[in-house]
Amino acid sequence: MTAQRIGIEVSRAIAIATKLANVDVVSAYPITPQTHIVEDIAELVANGELDAAFIPVESEHSAMSACLGAAAVGARTFTATAGQGLELMHEVLYVASAMRLPIVMAVANRALSAPLSIWGDHSDVMAARDTGWIQIFAANGQETFDNVLCAFRIAEDQRVLLPAMVNLDGFHLTHVIEPIYIPEQGEVDKFLPPNQYPLPLDPDKPITMGAFAPPYIYTEVKKAQQVNLTAAKEVILQCWKEFGDCFGRHYSPVESYRGEKAKVLLLVMGSFSETAMSAIDSLRDEGKEVGLIKLRLWRPFPFAEIRQAVRDAEVLIVLDRAISFGGPGGPVCSEIRSALYSEDKKPKVIGFVSGLGGRDISPGEFRGIINRGIEISQTGSEQEFEMFGVRE
Amino acid sequence: MEKYAVFVPKLVTKKENFAPGHRACVGCGEALAVRLACKALGQNVIIVTATGCMEVVSSPLPYTSWCVPWIHTLFENTGAVASGIEAGLKVIMRKGKCLAKEINVVAMAGDGGTSDIGLQALSGALERGHDFLYICLDNEAYMNTGIQRSSSTPYGASTTTAPAGKMSIGQVTWKKNMPAIAAAHDIPYVATACPSYPFDMMAKVAKGAAIHGPAYVHILSVCPTGWRSATNLTIRIGRLAVETGIFPLYEVENDKYKLSIDLPRLRPVQDYLKLQGRFRHLSEETINEIQYRVSEEYAKLKEKVACT
Repeated sequence: MTAQRIGIEVSRAIAIATKLANVDVVSAYPITPQTHIVEDIAELVANGELDAAFIPVESEHSAMSACLGAAAVGARTFTATAGQGLELMHEVLYVASAMRLPIVMAVANRALSAPLSIWGDHSDVMAARDTGWIQIFAANGQETFDNVLCAFRIAEDQRVLLPAMVNLDGFHLTHVIEPIYIPEQGEVDKFLPPNQYPLPLDPDKPITMGAFAPPYIYTEVKKAQQVNLTAAKEVILQCWKEFGDCFGRHYSPVESYRGEKAKVLLLVMGSFSETAMSAIDSLRDEGKEVGLIKLRLWRPFPFAEIRQAVRDAEVLIVLDRAISFGGPGGPVCSEIRSALYSEDKKPKVIGFVSGLGGRDISPGEFRGIINRGIEISQTGSEQEFEMFGVRE
Repeated sequence: MEKYAVFVPKLVTKKENFAPGHRACVGCGEALAVRLACKALGQNVIIVTATGCMEVVSSPLPYTSWCVPWIHTLFENTGAVASGIEAGLKVIMRKGKCLAKEINVVAMAGDGGTSDIGLQALSGALERGHDFLYICLDNEAYMNTGIQRSSSTPYGASTTTAPAGKMSIGQVTWKKNMPAIAAAHDIPYVATACPSYPFDMMAKVAKGAAIHGPAYVHILSVCPTGWRSATNLTIRIGRLAVETGIFPLYEVENDKYKLSIDLPRLRPVQDYLKLQGRFRHLSEETINEIQYRVSEEYAKLKEKVACT
């Protein structure tokens, strides 16, 4: 392989991924911690290294709206945002998926106001959970880079035609320098075919896009969307397999780390799973049968893979970096519980919320979460979930 | 009329790109404006429409009135969607990913979608200099949702959210001057039009589409349902709006103001107001107030015409 492994900021690597994908339109509005991504793309365009239209819109609502227009004429389209920006584009996200526009977006996951916090957690994307987008969570820089390339291929696949977002933790990933393999243009061209949007807006073949749906047809449209997003999983698996064949790095919806014969499993999404690995290593060294599950594919939800990955454990501890206020805790834990409810053989699921607004979770604290989870599994808790690491 | 019957078919295409069978109300001035605009725009066009009357009457799945490529997404983002289409077309043509040809990108939205909720997206698109035409179809209130006031509703009009009553004349604010806001972006072309003057309107739409850079055409669209006027008076009311000076027809081309119809004497505003139920409660005092304002604004416009 001719790929170069270089030390590079993850945001910059995303910009290079869009260049290697030969993206046509990037429409973006600056928001911390997404800024480096779009600054670098603007620079690539300004220097003539990337032939694309960079539309410096006046809001995130317009950023996603301009993406709708660009994707509708058949342009390969990218944007990036974070936190409040994702909330401002919220209603537009539903339109992108329902109108089958294959837009790719990097989300530098960030907490939501108030109080204002520019730092990372998953509150922003959890509010966008039901928007009909394919949602992938990256655990490190290489995964982010690779999955931006994969996202274009998956989204634009004629069997899919859905928008896809790649989530990366704000600051914890966006602003770190990591060693990342950057492939050659020729390798990317072999992996990623050109975008062939089947029905673009074209005066030679006039079509109506975005007609309104009276009650007699709205449900059918939504059913089609549900069937389509669920079926996208096969294409995602195939894409990851071929990515592995091309580049030697393999991805799956659910990944297990030292999960073999583990009585206790910890499930984490995003970059914090890398810190959790250290905690698992130290507990394993002490002879404890613990393992880690990384959830990479959030939508479409990988039911079969999750059930398979946790079925032999006794306790499954789920970490959420977002809260459903007044509800059952975090969205990830709720969904895992509901995915396992009908299973005969399943672990006890214990939910924790931690790592909000950029608060780190150290390997020691992960050990604390695991130990407290084991304790709750034996003695029970008065709460539906516990928040870990809160200063009282 | 006989003369028109002879000459109009020669001047204007018979082809309807906004097909009949849509569900607009009887006497709708806005549907007429869209129909004429589509004749002026021809085939090589992509139209972006905001949520509103024209979207709802023309596109109930699985039907469509649009014989040209058309997209609707949301209410407030028409300027931004048009930006993406324009930028996207330009780049994929440059990169040889689609055949290079002349395509006019045209955005259409109501007065709410333009002067209220869509103002930010429109301002952004005008400021960035996208090569597109934006048409505001102004029927002076949120008619699609049932005649609620907008910032484009005229002073004294009764609407469902600014109703006339013992303590109110209805709308207590003066109509937002949207063409002036568009012109303040220093774009190459701004015009006002009304389908009661069909040739003038079509010429302005064609000009706006042909001009390189952003263009804005503000079209007064009489709404019998919301204005409480007789459905057979749509054309006459549109003409009275112009003849009274309430809605003057003008162009701002490269900062130069030009009146399209220069009237030696304006008709009294009462001639326009009295045909509409939305003004029926107005006292003589309020009508005088409106008359004073209209005369003053018209004089200001003439001053602009004189100095540029």
